[in-house]
Amino acid sequence: MLVHTAFDRAEQVARHWAAAGCPIVFHADKAVPAKTYNAFVKKLSDLPDVRFAQRHRCEWGTWGLVAATQSASEVMLQEFPDVRHVYLASGSCLPLRPVQELIDYLVDRPHTDFIESATTADVPWTIGGLDQERFTLRFPFSWRKNRFLFDRYVAFQRSVGFRRKIPNGIVPHMGSQWWCLTRQTLSAILEDPERRHYDRYFSKVWIPDESYFQTLSRLYSRQIESRSLTLSKFDYQGKPHIFYDDHLQLLRRSDCFVARKIWPYAERLYRAFLTDQAGAMSRTEPNPGKIDRIFAKAVERRTRGRPGLFMQSRFPVEGRENGLTCAQYSIFEGFSELFENFESWLAKMTDMRVHGHLFAPDAVEFSEGQQVMNGALSNNAKLRDYNPKAFLASLIWNTRGERQCFQLGPRDTFKKIEWDIAKDPNAQISVITGAWAVTLFKSNANFSDIRREAARLQQIESKHLEVLRSQWAKARIRIWTMAEFVEAPMEPLQRIIDEIGKQ
Amino acid sequence: MSWLAEAAMVYRLRWKRRRLLFRAFRKRRQLKPVINRTHQINPDDIIAASTVRNELVRLPHFLEHHRDLGVNHFLFVDNASDDGTQEYLSKQPDVSLWSTNSSYKQSRFGVDWLTWLQIKYAGGHWCLMLDADEIFIYPHHDTRPLKALVEWLDRNDRQSFGALMLDMYPKGPVKSHIYAPGDDPFKVLCWFDGGNYVMQKQPKLENLWIQGGVRARKFFGDNPRRAPTMGKTPLVKWNKRFVYVSSTHSLLPRWLNHVYEEDGGEGASGILLHTKFLPVIVEKSSEEKERQEHFANSALYDGYYDALKDNPDLWCEGSTQYISWRQLEAMGLMSRGNWV
Repeated sequence: MLVHTAFDRAEQVARHWAAAGCPIVFHADKAVPAKTYNAFVKKLSDLPDVRFAQRHRCEWGTWGLVAATQSASEVMLQEFPDVRHVYLASGSCLPLRPVQELIDYLVDRPHTDFIESATTADVPWTIGGLDQERFTLRFPFSWRKNRFLFDRYVAFQRSVGFRRKIPNGIVPHMGSQWWCLTRQTLSAILEDPERRHYDRYFSKVWIPDESYFQTLSRLYSRQIESRSLTLSKFDYQGKPHIFYDDHLQLLRRSDCFVARKIWPYAERLYRAFLTDQAGAMSRTEPNPGKIDRIFAKAVERRTRGRPGLFMQSRFPVEGRENGLTCAQYSIFEGFSELFENFESWLAKMTDMRVHGHLFAPDAVEFSEGQQVMNGALSNNAKLRDYNPKAFLASLIWNTRGERQCFQLGPRDTFKKIEWDIAKDPNAQISVITGAWAVTLFKSNANFSDIRREAARLQQIESKHLEVLRSQWAKARIRIWTMAEFVEAPMEPLQRIIDEIGKQ
Repeated sequence: MSWLAEAAMVYRLRWKRRRLLFRAFRKRRQLKPVINRTHQINPDDIIAASTVRNELVRLPHFLEHHRDLGVNHFLFVDNASDDGTQEYLSKQPDVSLWSTNSSYKQSRFGVDWLTWLQIKYAGGHWCLMLDADEIFIYPHHDTRPLKALVEWLDRNDRQSFGALMLDMYPKGPVKSHIYAPGDDPFKVLCWFDGGNYVMQKQPKLENLWIQGGVRARKFFGDNPRRAPTMGKTPLVKWNKRFVYVSSTHSLLPRWLNHVYEEDGGEGASGILLHTKFLPVIVEKSSEEKERQEHFANSALYDGYYDALKDNPDLWCEGSTQYISWRQLEAMGLMSRGNWV
C-alpha cells in the first residue's frame, strides 16, 4: 500500500485488510515528515503482519513510484512466503466488497495476473499527445513543476529526431498502475537478470508507473487479464475522479472489489464499506462498465457543454457554440399576412407553440397574448432588444420539448439577430416575399405614406433575403414569391408541415 | 500593434490594482475591532467575509447555512447597525467583528474595509465574500462540504469560482409573508426567474456581465442597461495582492474573472440565492433611498426604491418554484462541469 496523506484513513483500511488475514507492506512517501511517519508506524505496531518498506521520494509521473513499488514488493515476497497474489493499493483505495470475496476470487484464478496492459496502438487513453513518445524521448524536467522546460525539451527532441532505443526489443505496454500480480510473475520481474537494464531504461520514461510492470509482466505472465481490479475513473484531462459520500450507490452498483480515489472525509463511504458485510457472498463479476455512462457524460458536459445554453460558466466565443439554440424551431415570414388566422390554423395542424411576431417593435407577441413565457421571459420589447440573441436562445432553451414557431416580417426589429438566425441550423425559415404588401394594400393610409412605407419595407426585405441566400446561411430556408405561393399554396405548406413532423 | 495595446492595458490594470490596495490600506483606520478571534484560524480553514448593516433578521440563517457548508471563520464589518447586529455577532464563537460608522459608498460598498481584512487574515485561504442576503450553494452542496469543492478546484488549478445571483421572491406582495429570524428563508422566498438572463463579456476586465432576473423584469423594463449585475465571483483562493474591483462582480488580476469556458464546454459554477425580498425589504427600501449609499448614481434608482416601497408582487405565471440544486443545475443556471 502506497501512502502519502490521510494516514488515519490508510490505517483504517489497513486494519480492514488485516482483519481478513492479509499481510500488508507499506510504503510512505519520503516527503512525509518523520513525526507523522513514526506516529503511523507506531499506531500499526499491534498488527503482526505489517511491514514498512524503504522510503523513496514519490513525485507524480516519476520513477520514485516504481522504485517504491519494487521495494515494497520485495519485502512482501520475502517476508510472507505464503502470499500468492500481491495487490498494489494506495492509501485512498477502499475495498467495496468483503475481502473474503476477493480472496475467493483470486483462489479460483491462481495463475492469473490482473494488470491493465495494452500497447499504445491499442488504446486512445493518453491525454496530451505523448503516447509512443513517452518511451522514446527523455524527460529530465518535471511536468508539474517545470512545464515550460518539459514542453521545450520535448519539442527540441522532436525537432532533432531524437529517439531512445528500447532495450531487448520489449514491447511497451501501458495501463492503470493499480494491479494484482501473482508471486511468480512479480518475482520474475524483480529477479530478472536484466533488471538493472530495464530499470535504467524505465527510469527515464514518462510516467513509468503506468508502464513498467505493465510491460514486463507481458514477458513472464502465464495468463494476463488486461484489466485492473481497482475501479478508478478519469476525467477529460486524465486526472482521477474522487468519490464522495453521494457515490455510495454508484460504487455498490459497480461490483468492483476496490475503488479509488476516495475523499478522506467521505465518512459515509468508509463507514458503509468497512463494516463487515458478512453473509452476502455474491459471486458477481466486477462490472465497472455499469457506471461508465455517468463519467462519459461528465466529459461531454465539460468539453462540449449543453448546446444552446448560455450561462455563467458557459459563454462560448462565436463559432464554438455548437449552435445558437438547443432545439429546432420554425420561422414564418409573410404567412400571417397572406392567410387569415394562419397562427391558430398552424397551432391546430401541428404540436408547435405558435407565437405572433416575437420581434414586433412595441411588444413581444407571445402565443395567446401571454405577458411572460416559461422562465419568466418578459414580453417587454426593450428587454428583448437589449440582447435579442440571448432572448431567442433563452426562449428556445426554456421551452425544451415543445417546438416553437414565430412570425417575422420587415416591420419587426430583427436587424441585430438576422445573421444569427440565418446561421442557426436549428432554424427552419419559410418566406413568402412581398406578402407585407397585403397589409399595406388593405390599409386606409394616404397614397404617399403607403409608397414611402412600401419602399422602406422592400429595402429591408431585400437586405434580409441577401442574408438568407448568403453562403453562410445554415438554416433550412425556403423562399417563394407571393405569386408563386398563391398559385399553389397547399403543396409548400404541406411540405413545411411534414418537415415539422406532425400532421 | 494589438499586443502593444494589450500590454498597456495590463499595465494600467496593474496600477489600478495597486491603487485599490492602497485605498484599502488608507481605510484601515476606519475599522474598530469589536472582537478579534482570528487567532483561531488554521492554515487550511475557509473564511467568509461580509459587511453588514442591520441584518439581524438574516444573520442567523446566513451563519447556520455557511457553517454547515464548512466555513470555519467569519470576518464581519458592522456598518453602524442599530438593531443589535453587533451584539449578536460578537457572541458568535467563530466570528471576528469590526465596526465602523464611515460611509458604505465611500468604502466602495464595504469592499475597501474587507480588502484590508483580507490582506491581514485571508492570504492563502479560500475566501468567500458575501453579503448577508446571499446564500451560497454549489453542485452537490447537500452532500459535499465546501472543503471538497475547494480541494477539487485546487486540483484543477482554479483559484476562483463563479456564481449567479438568483433573486428569490415570494408569491404575492412581499410584505404579506411572515419570516422569523433563523427560519429557512426559502420556505417563503421559493420562486425565481429561471430563464431571462443576458450576458456579455466585459472587454477590459474580461468578466461576464450578467443581468436579468426578477429585478430586470419588474423594475428595469424601460432601461435594461441599468438592471443590477447578477454575476459574481464570491469564492477565491485569496492572495494579499488580489482585489475586488466592483462589489464581487470582478477582480484584479483579471485572470481570476475567467470562471467561464469559451470553447463550448461547461465549467463548474454555483449560485447565490438572494434573500433580498424578505418582508423587511419594504421598510429597508425607504431607508436606503434616503441614505443613497447603494448605487454609484443613487438618484437614478429612486424609481426602483419607490416600486419596492409599494409592496409589489414579484410573482408571475412564468416563475419557477425552487426545489433543489439539481433543479438549478438541470435548468442551466449553474453547472457541475465535470465534478461528478
